Amino acid sequence: MSFELPLLSLVVWTPIIGGLLVLAIGSGKHVLEARVVALLVALFTFVISIPLYVLFDTTTHQMQFVELYPWIERFNINYHLGVDGISMPLIILTTFTTVLVVLAGWEVIQYKPAQYMAAFLIMEGLMNGVFAALDGMLFYVFWEALLIPMFVVIGIWGGPRRVYATIKFFLYTFLGSVFMLVSLIYMYFQADSFAILDFHALKLGMTAQILIFLAFLLAFAVKVPMWPVHTWLPDAHVEAPTGGSVILAAIMLKLGAYGFLRFSLPMVPDASRELDWLMIMLSLIAVVYIGFVALVQKDMKKLVAYSSISHMGFVTLGFFIAFTIFENTGSWKGAAMGIEGGIVQMISHGFISGAMFLCIGVLYDRVHSREIAAYGGVTNTMPAFAAFAVLFAMANSGLPGTSGFVGEFMVILSAFKADFWIAFVAALTLIVGAAYTLWMVKRVFFGEVANDNVAKLKDINAREFVILSTLAAAVLFFGIYPAPLLEVMGASVQHLLEHIAQSKL
Amino acid sequence: MQNLYLTIVLAPLFGAIVAGLFGRFISRSVAHGVTIAGVALSTVLSLYVFKHIAIDGGEIFNGTVYTWMVSDGIRFEVGFLIDPLSAMMMAVVTFVSLMVHIYTIGYMHDDPGYKRFFSYISLFTFSMLMLVMSNNFLQLFFGWEAVGLVSYLLIGFWYKRPSAIFANLKAFLVNRVGDFGFLLGIAAVLMYFNSLDYADVFKAAPLMADMTIQVIPGIEWSLMTVICILLFIGAMGKSAQVPLHVWLPDSMEGPTPISALIHAATMVTAGIFMVARMSPLYELSTTALGVVLVIGAITALFMGILGIIQNDIKRVVAYSTLSQLGYMTVALGASAYAAGVFHLMTHAFFKALLFLAAGSVIIGMHHEQDIRKMGGIRKYMPITYWTMLIGSLALIGFPGFAGFFSKDAIIEAVHLSSTPGAGFAYFAVLIGVFITAFYSFRMFFLVFHGKERMDEHTREHLHETPWVVTGPLIALAIPSIFIGALYIGPMLFGDFFQGAIHVSQERDVLALLGENFHGWFGFVLHGLVAPAFYLAAAGVGAAWFLYLKRPDIPEMIRGRAGLLYSILDRKYGFDDFNDKVIAAGSRALGRLLWQVGDVKVIDGLIVNGAAKSVGWFSGVVRYVQTGFLYHYAFAMFVGLFVLIALFVF
Repeated sequence: MSFELPLLSLVVWTPIIGGLLVLAIGSGKHVLEARVVALLVALFTFVISIPLYVLFDTTTHQMQFVELYPWIERFNINYHLGVDGISMPLIILTTFTTVLVVLAGWEVIQYKPAQYMAAFLIMEGLMNGVFAALDGMLFYVFWEALLIPMFVVIGIWGGPRRVYATIKFFLYTFLGSVFMLVSLIYMYFQADSFAILDFHALKLGMTAQILIFLAFLLAFAVKVPMWPVHTWLPDAHVEAPTGGSVILAAIMLKLGAYGFLRFSLPMVPDASRELDWLMIMLSLIAVVYIGFVALVQKDMKKLVAYSSISHMGFVTLGFFIAFTIFENTGSWKGAAMGIEGGIVQMISHGFISGAMFLCIGVLYDRVHSREIAAYGGVTNTMPAFAAFAVLFAMANSGLPGTSGFVGEFMVILSAFKADFWIAFVAALTLIVGAAYTLWMVKRVFFGEVANDNVAKLKDINAREFVILSTLAAAVLFFGIYPAPLLEVMGASVQHLLEHIAQSKL
Repeated sequence: MQNLYLTIVLAPLFGAIVAGLFGRFISRSVAHGVTIAGVALSTVLSLYVFKHIAIDGGEIFNGTVYTWMVSDGIRFEVGFLIDPLSAMMMAVVTFVSLMVHIYTIGYMHDDPGYKRFFSYISLFTFSMLMLVMSNNFLQLFFGWEAVGLVSYLLIGFWYKRPSAIFANLKAFLVNRVGDFGFLLGIAAVLMYFNSLDYADVFKAAPLMADMTIQVIPGIEWSLMTVICILLFIGAMGKSAQVPLHVWLPDSMEGPTPISALIHAATMVTAGIFMVARMSPLYELSTTALGVVLVIGAITALFMGILGIIQNDIKRVVAYSTLSQLGYMTVALGASAYAAGVFHLMTHAFFKALLFLAAGSVIIGMHHEQDIRKMGGIRKYMPITYWTMLIGSLALIGFPGFAGFFSKDAIIEAVHLSSTPGAGFAYFAVLIGVFITAFYSFRMFFLVFHGKERMDEHTREHLHETPWVVTGPLIALAIPSIFIGALYIGPMLFGDFFQGAIHVSQERDVLALLGENFHGWFGFVLHGLVAPAFYLAAAGVGAAWFLYLKRPDIPEMIRGRAGLLYSILDRKYGFDDFNDKVIAAGSRALGRLLWQVGDVKVIDGLIVNGAAKSVGWFSGVVRYVQTGFLYHYAFAMFVGLFVLIALFVF
């Protein structure tokens, strides 16, 4: 590779600096300029993230586009960036989603719009930082810094109970990450380095591994979120503005799942193997328990929030099914499919949940209610919008031909190798997922026009059409042709599997 | 050849996209023009393929179109397998679909969703073709769910009607229950065969015949039985077998053309097709075949009985579809796959005909569907009358008509079969013949003969429907008469399927039957002395007597047999059970987990509880900080004393 541009630094810092710029412009009366600049920054960041895919070498598991500069030499902390086949797609998902979020907030946000846009741009940079960081301390800094803009977004542009929601969100996630910090520092003393790859190679005793695993679990499980530390998510979603919900669902939940892949599994493989039953159990509870909870929600955002938790259960299930497959079949064959399925599910859920929250946003902007009961017969007045909504609902139910199917399919196939009953419980989502999603669609979109608000609805405008059709294209593309995505991650997942198959004891 | 097959699949998809996405830019005639052109192209090419592969014995095509993905060393591909079985399905699907497209111009003439409707039925044609042309389980599942999606969209086509949007949700969810089993079956196939390609799986299957697995620890089950039953659960959903049949009668909420196309002729037979396609697997498990046979027999008999008490013209036909699907399933269970598929084909023509003729009646009656308000329509709608008569005769298996050949073959095959449950199945299908004849002609007489019971206004406007409606009726009536005689020889007793269907030697009942087969005419002559014929004749006679001659008797019976009638009226209680136990139970469970699990325990006790206990603790600790200097001094003094004590001792 002959290019010299520090691409990863660019995708991390462009939006952050751009966000500060937007703040500077928009503090006066230049609202429109601030919006335009924000959009340009988001688009530019997306464009410069594309070479990460185009120039990516799919044949190796090695970190690519690596940048390494000393940062705090006394503690051997480095500014160390790099991506592999697992993190690169997530960065592109982030830059892609941010463009849509900026567009989605275009004229909807009237209160301090520049600050709103700036918060999302800064968040984008920090999220890219989390995915690209190869130094534990750098990772931690990005990880924690991320809480601030999200806290601000919910706290300022949120709904009536935003204070309760923000504090719950902050305490929950902060509580988790403190334990992660302790683990990182412990491993630093063992390895004399904060480099994530050094942590991967570090030998650790079983007790240490178990404690570290549990600490990581707390940090990551809150973010995913996994049952029973999930109750912050519905509250946060309900209070967050549309853009906040989209970023929260599409990207922030992925941070936790990414943490399992980058930290828990490779750093403490023996503990992961020892406690995989716990992970499988929690994942299955997420899939089924949360599915039933979603069924009875009266608030659309809560319903989709619970649906997110349920879908993320497939991600963690796919990641931790590997050991059971090995125990029950004596071979690792099928394990890669579970992990890859989990990653595909992460990407796909980014599109679909983002789209679902945007759809709810479209309705909320017009009627100012998220209650399912406030709607009925929306198809009569918004036919084009209804077509999009039904498509995304079908994707959310995992219909083949949409991206929502691919990940679930792979995880179920993989889980079957581990145990019939794990696959059985996981596959229940086929029924429950369709039930809660389509029942909501029925009550909101079908039927006679329910009330005056619905009768006065105007169909989506050009801006909303562009946003939704972009997402629809993504959802369909990866449903019909997921091969490119799988090709990117193949080598990295294979390497990860080989790594966790080795005991560290 | 691959481009030809791609054209067959993509032409309807193109039409669907144009009519669906660009509907607002094109006129109605462009919308139906482009979709009909697409399907017509598919039909012509499919008929060519049918001739080339199934009749001329051309080479079977098995090829990959593109690689969907590669994971864990397993290639998931999209590809086509074109053998006589798929060629026959393609011909039937595209032909019936074309007829329904044309018919729709007349039927949906006044509907505001005209273009959307054309888009959906073309999309359906695409999905169904993907299903039948697939050469692997993945694409099969794609087509399987895609037809389910279109079915959902079409049942709920009139989305303002509460009953329609209830029915489409129900249909989708019940089908999902089937798909749940189906997907697990596919997972089992992948686990043990490491491939989802039909050819690989079928080749390796005999080696797995004796393999056992433990689904429930401690109990050994044959692998093939587990796989076949899981796959069959999928077929039970799609092909509406008891107890997953509940969605099909309600699906009649959709417009009549799709009842004909999707909920009678093609989609609901996907399960039958699938099992026939998987015959190399099913042949390895007697247990699975027994399950198939018994489920089919129950459906054939008990769903037919429900047809007797229906008063909605479409629902009568719907219950007859359920019952006929049961017949096909029985054939599969008896290892007479060819007979099942043969019945699938004849049924596609005559049942599409019956539905479209019923639709023609509905147009004539200004969207009145209650047969008690019809009567004597014969003289107003002669073409509809005659075509409906042909369809009904084919349905009841009147000797010489298409349905006779396929249904008689099934009955004879079951008679010879030794699969567990065959005795019961034989009884069920024989009684079923009487019942089929009875409810079919009950409807026929009530609609076309007897007193004119409609109101004056309707009668004045009653006239034959336009040619776009009657044309397809005639086009479907022709195969409903002749297709049986034409194909019974090659399909059941010849080498029509060329190995696409595999039957093991000891179960090959059709081969036994073939020993006494001397051409279609001999089959007809034999049929005239078989019990089925007399049962059918008795059924027609009973219908004539009870509904034309002495209509007072059914009223009297209904009054006397209150309990029996109410059991039938509640459809054996399946719907009540699903509504009150499963649906309500799920909601109750959801509320319990939410309100108790999430809100009370996790949030109330743990999260807010932790916050409160922190508050409480700080409240306690606050008392220590009194702000009085002598308190602090005293504490220092105590502390110092304790430390000194520790060091000294």
